[in-house]
Amino acid sequence: MAYSDKVIDHYNNPRNVGTLDKAKNNVGTGLVGAPECGDVMRLQIEVDENQIITDAKFKTFGCGSAIASSSLATEWLKGKSVDEALSIDNMDIVEELALPPVKIHCSVLAEDAIKSAINDYRVKNGLPALEMPKSHH
Amino acid sequence: MLTFPIYLDNNATTPLDPRVLEAMMPYFTGKFGNAASRNHAFGWHAEEAVDYAREQIASLINCSPKEIIFTSGATESDNLAIKGVFEMYASKGNHIITATTEHKAVLDTCKHIEKIGGKVTYLPVNAEGLIDLKQLEESITDKTILISIMYGNNEVGVIQPIREISAIAKKRGVLFFTDATQAVGKIPVDVEADGIDLMAFSGHKMYGPKGVGALYVRRKNPRVKVTAQMDGGGHERGMRSGTLNVPGIVGLGKACEIAKQDMEKDTARLSAMRDRLEKELLTIEESYVNGSREHRLPHVTNISFKYVEGEGLMMGVKDIAVSSGSACTSASLEPSYVLKALGLSDDLAHSSLRFGLSRFTTEEEIDYAINHTKEAVAKLREMSPLWEMFKEGIDLNSIEWADH
Repeated sequence: MAYSDKVIDHYNNPRNVGTLDKAKNNVGTGLVGAPECGDVMRLQIEVDENQIITDAKFKTFGCGSAIASSSLATEWLKGKSVDEALSIDNMDIVEELALPPVKIHCSVLAEDAIKSAINDYRVKNGLPALEMPKSHH
Repeated sequence: MLTFPIYLDNNATTPLDPRVLEAMMPYFTGKFGNAASRNHAFGWHAEEAVDYAREQIASLINCSPKEIIFTSGATESDNLAIKGVFEMYASKGNHIITATTEHKAVLDTCKHIEKIGGKVTYLPVNAEGLIDLKQLEESITDKTILISIMYGNNEVGVIQPIREISAIAKKRGVLFFTDATQAVGKIPVDVEADGIDLMAFSGHKMYGPKGVGALYVRRKNPRVKVTAQMDGGGHERGMRSGTLNVPGIVGLGKACEIAKQDMEKDTARLSAMRDRLEKELLTIEESYVNGSREHRLPHVTNISFKYVEGEGLMMGVKDIAVSSGSACTSASLEPSYVLKALGLSDDLAHSSLRFGLSRFTTEEEIDYAINHTKEAVAKLREMSPLWEMFKEGIDLNSIEWADH
């Protein structure tokens, strides 16, 4: 199966690989997937006092599509408000990266990672956790 | 001069040896006859060529040319052996013994046997990938008609104790079939010394053409018969009808002749290169060889690089063509059943790469593969949250991972 040019670009030049200090109150961390499924994503956001995501980092154990999905997610997150970030849908990722049907679960995982990072941030800051969508895989 | 990508997936298929192609060429055009045409020169030439190929093959595996049944490949040979014995020996029993690490062509045929009233025992393997001989013997009942255990495994290269298995089969009056697709042409296979009653193999795993294979069927001590699975003109002593693929058969014969002549030289060169590749890759932290290193085909190594995912890794080593035990593309997300049968956890099975070398692999290609793999593993580990956790001393088993 051939990868799309965008997947290859993100794989070869992943954006925002790295680690934020998860102990900080304005950092939200999402860790989703499982090693035995062959996909684990860790996505982190740093939020300023105006609820704007100023930084985002990821690390992913997975195939090229999983790496590209999380790399793209960090790109999209930066500069968005936390509320805007919640509207990122996995199908937007599928479309942008031209993921084939067998790789849709990678985009689902990326959406889960975003929501999970936001929830971590919310809970740390005394806000109620949002209901997480049921994982699709 | 390196040309890319470098092919290191020779357990999937091998390139055709140019000497084989040369031998085949006349049989596509000038000598195109049907080997079953008895009344003109076109047919005679074809039949002669087929008979000669039978001798070349027989000479490699130490059997009589009459014991070779030509098929379309190892999958068909597996089907013919297992279904053919099941039907032919129905009055004697209905039980077959095989192993969990067999090729799908054997396992799925056995599943079919179960659907039509047969009983199948699937023997487990140990961490080395070897079956337990005591367990094999204990599994034999008075209804057992066939033991089907592969010679060398396609994913990890592990060689089963064939002579010990055949001795048990003989002692208990059970037929022994082996899928030797990965072994014939690579290591010495001798149906007499090995005590094999039926054996499947194929052209394209030993530098021959695709679409042609054979089933060895013993004619003496004991005389073995299989019920045909393909009915028609009664070719191949009635066991496999269908016009013979003469160019393919000529190619298979030539491939066997070359294998016999070059085996010692090829094996020495291949195992030295494989060992060097393996030794270098094992200098990577947290990398492990899967399966027995002692009982193994000379040209293959299967290595797990912990904390990186195999499919992602294959994308990272795009200049070398290899395969992975990860099956991230399949709907089930299940990694290799062979690696799991060896007791690997799912995450290690997902992290594996199989390197299969060939007669045409060069030292320069191995150098490139070593460096390319090392770089890719390092790059992906930089991106891997699991690697970071491992480095921080976090036990990954202590984490509650999401359900899947």
